[in-house]
Amino acid sequence: MSGGTPAPATTTEQTADQPRANAILKEIVNGNVLITVLAVLLALLIGGVLIALTNEDVQTAAGYFFSRPQDTLLAVWNAVSGAYVALFQGSIYNFRRDDFLTAIRPLTDTLTYAAPLIVAGLGVGLAFRVGMFNIGGRGQMLIAAAAAGWVGFSFHLPWGIHLIVAVIAGIVGGALWAGIVGLLKARTGAHEVILTIMLNYVAFYLVAYMLRTPGLLQAPDQVNPKSPPMLETAIFPPLLGPAYKLHVGFIIVILATVFVWWLLNRSSLGFRFRAVGENPNAARVAGMDVKNIYVYAMLVSGGLLGLAGVMQVLGTVPTGFSSGIDAGIGFDAITVALLGRSKPWGIFAAGVLFGAFKAGGYAMQASQGVPVDVVTIVQSLIVLFIAAPPLVRAIFFLPDGSRRRRRTTPIVTKEVEAK
Amino acid sequence: MSATITPDATPVSVTLESTEIRSWKAPIALAVFVVVAVVLFVVLGRDGATTFRLSSDSDVVQLADWVLPARPTGITVTVLLALLTVVVVALTTMGNRLSARARRMVLAASIVAFTFLFLLGFLTWAAAGAAIPVTGLLLGTVSLSAPLIFGALGGVISERVGVVNVAIEGQLLAGAFCAALVASVTGNPFVGLVAAMIAGVLVSFVLAAFSIKYLVDQVIVGVVLNVLVLGLTSFLYSTVLSVDTAALNTAPRFPRFPIPVLSDIPVIGPVLFRQTLIVYLMYIAVVAVYIGLFHTKWGLRLRAVGEHPQAADTVGIRVNPTRFWNVSLAGAVAGLGGAYFTLDSVSSFGKDMTAGAGFIALAAVIFGRWNPVRATFAALLFGFATNLQNVLGAIGSPVPSEFMLMLPYVVTVLAVAGLVGYARGPAASGKPYIKS
Repeated sequence: MSGGTPAPATTTEQTADQPRANAILKEIVNGNVLITVLAVLLALLIGGVLIALTNEDVQTAAGYFFSRPQDTLLAVWNAVSGAYVALFQGSIYNFRRDDFLTAIRPLTDTLTYAAPLIVAGLGVGLAFRVGMFNIGGRGQMLIAAAAAGWVGFSFHLPWGIHLIVAVIAGIVGGALWAGIVGLLKARTGAHEVILTIMLNYVAFYLVAYMLRTPGLLQAPDQVNPKSPPMLETAIFPPLLGPAYKLHVGFIIVILATVFVWWLLNRSSLGFRFRAVGENPNAARVAGMDVKNIYVYAMLVSGGLLGLAGVMQVLGTVPTGFSSGIDAGIGFDAITVALLGRSKPWGIFAAGVLFGAFKAGGYAMQASQGVPVDVVTIVQSLIVLFIAAPPLVRAIFFLPDGSRRRRRTTPIVTKEVEAK
Repeated sequence: MSATITPDATPVSVTLESTEIRSWKAPIALAVFVVVAVVLFVVLGRDGATTFRLSSDSDVVQLADWVLPARPTGITVTVLLALLTVVVVALTTMGNRLSARARRMVLAASIVAFTFLFLLGFLTWAAAGAAIPVTGLLLGTVSLSAPLIFGALGGVISERVGVVNVAIEGQLLAGAFCAALVASVTGNPFVGLVAAMIAGVLVSFVLAAFSIKYLVDQVIVGVVLNVLVLGLTSFLYSTVLSVDTAALNTAPRFPRFPIPVLSDIPVIGPVLFRQTLIVYLMYIAVVAVYIGLFHTKWGLRLRAVGEHPQAADTVGIRVNPTRFWNVSLAGAVAGLGGAYFTLDSVSSFGKDMTAGAGFIALAAVIFGRWNPVRATFAALLFGFATNLQNVLGAIGSPVPSEFMLMLPYVVTVLAVAGLVGYARGPAASGKPYIKS
């Protein structure tokens, strides 16, 4: 890369490369709703096949399939519909209850589960928009949970202030943990995927150590690596009265969604975030400090994931936390962000959907004996299908929109307008 | 990026070289370790002597134990470490007198010596007043590293051909599951081994199809595939395997098979040549991948596709089929690593039993700078740290076990941040190739 002549060649190649890489991200960000719905259907279908295949009644009936095929079909229908009805009853509306207030309780459970998923998804999605993969949700949540939890059980502050201090401590914890990644990426060019994965483990062992060391996070009279319960003043108060699990954290989630929407679409920093995400070279040429943008983006992203950790420790499980407090949300957040196409309200909807899967999954396991893992399968399939619209189009015999448009660029008008 | 020719007469190469060696990362990192050494070995120095046991009772050739007094050894090691750091600092400031090659050699030698000395100092300090079974420590290292090395080799092949393989974890887990199931049903571990390879290939097929045909971002596919395989294996474990554990989840294990003469060599023999078939396969795989990648037509084509697909296409290499089949091969190799879990270490499958080994393998790939041999050493380092924690835990070490377990990850972070030189992956890795 020295000398005059090759230089222009390399620069054109880079500029040609860059939008290509970003076009893929754009493809993920700007898909259409139809593909999303079809992907969810397809994933549920495959989940149904798995449920049917492993169902004992189906297996018995399949033994005499050729003499009485209707038995097998009936068994398949029973198994699959039973599982999905249980999923619905556990997540949205339980029509077996008499009065509306108890029947609607599953929906509030769904929203409770959705709360950390949404904020975590916002964090991951924001990093996506800046062109970064934040797989470090687990570590950021753990550090945030440890910080917020420590404030929550050891500080003695008046009602209200205590909660605010704990929430801020958690957000700062998560932001700093992610900030390390941003700083290292900006200063040394290290890849954030590896850094975040590694820091997940570092955070896990760090928190595990603090949890089993008396005087740090361990409960005084405990042998188990577990923290003391949160003080009453630090817990998110219930939103709809004590009968429901839904807590004030959900309001914060809505505020966070609005904030991220405002940050990305209306603020100057958000404009720079998106510019760097679209094309870092162009952003640099336009005079933006790309390196610092990476640091800021990781700080905000980590703060949001930290908020998810706070939701867990002060909302979902306020009775003291262990090193499994993140409950896999850091990884689920990636799928939530992909499903929501990295747009704040898309992520909100995706988070609610995954919250429903989570709430319903446990109900399904309890009543139908279908392992909750089927939900994981369905979720990952949804994301796989959404990431590959041509595959979904091919399965449902839909016209291939993108290719036709690309081919017709020279002739343009007629076919594009006809679409 | 591109060097511009400046008006003054300085030749470009000189300025480039002098900027290259003015990297202060290595001296700073070494200095940090010297400070750690001073704190641990001198300030917090421990009394007593450490015994390094070089032979076990069953060995043919018995070596005498090696006894080191903890405190004097610690001080000596610290002084030597400081001297080495001074050498590296001198190299950084006045290195211009040496040729670039000589400088690199000296630097590499210093860092290797530094690592070895630090380890010696650390072991002596941590095990003061107790005995360290050196062969046991190293034997466990090789065993624990085996799945990591297979995974890392899979990662190297896949990334060298231009597909980022984050799905190593999924390939390992799928391999472990299928190996356990098939070996239990057939009662033959060899069939289980083949099944593990097929499982790894199947995961790779999905990775390859989505990233090559549907141009989905490869990191996304990898991450999602890991979740999918985890979900599938856990689901099938609960619904199928645990229904009849005796018939479906009790795999016959490969027996330990000492190689006749080689296993009698002191220290090395028991460590390397009293292993199971899977570990021997691993030695073959490392050598084969290394020779294959750098000394055969296959490897040249593979690397060409990963570095510059356009150029490869121009000379008639079919880029996407090359990628597809080599990613599948990578899956087969990683699948073998999965078989290690259920056919060597334990004889049954458990939910999420790989527990992040795939991610460590991925770190080894990057730490080893996409070179199969270096990646193997990186994986050995991770295995060593894990096993060291086990051994020190048994002796009763002053370091909390969590910090020992954290070590490989911290080292990786430091390494990726540029300690071991700028890590540059294959140029076209992660980028789909669209023939225009």
